[in-house]
Amino acid sequence: MTAQATSRGGDFTSNLGRIYGIYTGGFAAFIILVAILERAGVPNQILGYMFVGFTVLVYAFIGIVSRTVQVSEYYVAGRKVPAFYNGMATGADWMSGASFVGMAGSLFLLGYDGLAFVLGWTGGYVLVAVLVAPFLRKFGAYTVPDFLAARYGGNTARMLGVMVLLACSFTYVVAQIFATGLIAQRFLGMDFVVAVYVGLLGILVCSMLGGMRAVTWTQVAQYIVLIVAYLVPVVILSAKKFGLPIPQLTYGSAIAEITALEQSFVAKGLATEAVMAAKAHTTPFNSYSPANYFALILCLMVGTASLPHVLMRYFTTPSVRDARMSVAWSLLFIFLLYFTAPAYAAFSKLEVYSTLIGKNVADMPAWVFTYGKLGLVTICGKAADSVATITAACQALPGHAGVLRLQDFGINTDVVVLSTPEIAGLPYVIAGLVAAGGLAAALSTADGLLLAIANALSHDIYYKMIDKNAPTARRLIVSRVLLVVVAVAAAWTASKRPADILAMVSWAFSLAAAGLFPALVLGIWDKRTNRAGAIAGIIAGFGLCLFYLVVTRYFPGHGAAYFGMSSLLNPVTGAPLVDVAKALAAPNGMETWVAGTHPLASKVGWFNMNNISSAIFGLPVGFIVMFAVSRLTAAPSQELQDFVDNCRRPRGGTIMEEKTT
Amino acid sequence: MNSPDESKHWDKTSRLMITMMSIWFFFGFVIHMFVNQLNTIKIFGFPFGYYMAAQGSLIVFVAMLFWFAKAQDKIDRESGFAEDE
Repeated sequence: MTAQATSRGGDFTSNLGRIYGIYTGGFAAFIILVAILERAGVPNQILGYMFVGFTVLVYAFIGIVSRTVQVSEYYVAGRKVPAFYNGMATGADWMSGASFVGMAGSLFLLGYDGLAFVLGWTGGYVLVAVLVAPFLRKFGAYTVPDFLAARYGGNTARMLGVMVLLACSFTYVVAQIFATGLIAQRFLGMDFVVAVYVGLLGILVCSMLGGMRAVTWTQVAQYIVLIVAYLVPVVILSAKKFGLPIPQLTYGSAIAEITALEQSFVAKGLATEAVMAAKAHTTPFNSYSPANYFALILCLMVGTASLPHVLMRYFTTPSVRDARMSVAWSLLFIFLLYFTAPAYAAFSKLEVYSTLIGKNVADMPAWVFTYGKLGLVTICGKAADSVATITAACQALPGHAGVLRLQDFGINTDVVVLSTPEIAGLPYVIAGLVAAGGLAAALSTADGLLLAIANALSHDIYYKMIDKNAPTARRLIVSRVLLVVVAVAAAWTASKRPADILAMVSWAFSLAAAGLFPALVLGIWDKRTNRAGAIAGIIAGFGLCLFYLVVTRYFPGHGAAYFGMSSLLNPVTGAPLVDVAKALAAPNGMETWVAGTHPLASKVGWFNMNNISSAIFGLPVGFIVMFAVSRLTAAPSQELQDFVDNCRRPRGGTIMEEKTT
Repeated sequence: MNSPDESKHWDKTSRLMITMMSIWFFFGFVIHMFVNQLNTIKIFGFPFGYYMAAQGSLIVFVAMLFWFAKAQDKIDRESGFAEDE
């Protein structure tokens, strides 16, 4: 049985190129088929269902044929995923629904400052490759807390690792399921709550039977769908408008045109100097102060190198050498999307600037109303659902001449990618493709996160801490049950539409950075770091980061009154964003667990630091405490120091051995 | 204590790490501190400072990781600590 499974696995891995080649060809043929059906007059909604249905069935098929009863297959895909394919799987694991749908929109709104996300989410892989991943692969961990437990001798470190992992992964997975619901709702017209539970099924069928092995091979398939879906619309748009199908080059001229238009808006009175100063596309530091910009890049990079669902992908490669190569491939595959996102933003902005701004409010193009009806485009402060609404809204503004000014226009970050096929005048088949891509991005990330959470609970808590003698069969059952429980809990949370979900996702990076990075890096690069130091460092770093997030967001009054926080400053004018004294004097000034509507929520802080980069405090404190406490207490045993040496040398197989039956 | 081979291997590995971290720090942070000065230069219509944050630094990150994987493997092989193929 075991031999048979292994040989089948061997056949499969040696035929990967052929299998995924056929798959990609089949996907292309399917797109052409849908295009033909569209010509034949099949309604759009049916085409949308075909796209989503077909892709999800393929993922489910892969998930089911990859089922396994072996522990090492379930946790680390048998450690035989080649570097190249693991790179693709990591790309899908990494790029979330929000990256796919919302990143270009953030770049549209933030201009240069949005590039902090592009830099942070790519540069972090340098830290992964150089400082962390190959050493964890050599150790042979199943989960990130596994390493902490082995290096810092015991279950306290393991427990802290699990806590940080849960804190940063759970909100993230809720956001992914939320994204699947939104995509299904927008493209298929499904009810949001129904869509959330359908998404849940799509996720479970990929991960429950085959664990890491199934998730790996579905993620490769999902990467192919998502990258094709991301590149096709913008490549066609670039070819149509600039005669060259390389959007990453042609958007340079789009940016030059945008800058020229921005200047003409000020000259024509379509935007005030102040509005332009805050919105000019290529001007740096008009959304974040320079300190906030660089702090955000640092937190995103370090967070990337600490997120357990990313690190665990490198446990699946056949060797340490492959783990390093695999990080390079991952970054290449991620780069393909991230260096295209600014092109989407530029083309979309050029479209808005050249066809909307300065035109009569009554003459807006159709796509404005398509998204206005969903509440995603606003004109003169009202959702643009019809010509009558926006005409009335603009007339109500004092001194409005009926010509659209820059400050009258508002757009949701999701619209930029979703509307590009329509703006480029492409048939519906391309819009369906984009929906399938967004869904692939959200599902694949959700799979990886769920597995990280369920593995931490089943492997670290149940097997390593509760029942060390549990037989393999029972361990796998516990894993699967926990996976379903966590998934249902996440879907239930998503179906309640928690207001803060997007803010919480950006927090995950800071929490992971402050909680895990010092312990991982010093654990490998500094032999003198010991158990007491690691525990103190994790608690101090993670604690401070969490404190800053929670106080600035939910207890801003207390932050200002007792913890020396002051108002954040406007990056352009340097003026405080809120009058803290006045807000504190108001009746709701000291309200706790306040919603985003509180005048001070996320607008106070130390040293003008936005809470999205809260690890800027927790990270150095974590390092300093870990270093200092380690020096003040006894050095780790010779055995542990030898363990570190062993992690540093690739030769000689994994250190952590798994009993196989 | 570590054998001389082990120490040499780790010294070389550490040096490579410092090199990589320096390049990372330069292209992740330092160059973007001069964005306003760089923006006066234009290439393909891009202000150069914007280009570096949107593409230039990313290309460097990708290239350096492939180079790193090769360089570290070479160190491992020369010290006799590489895995068998």
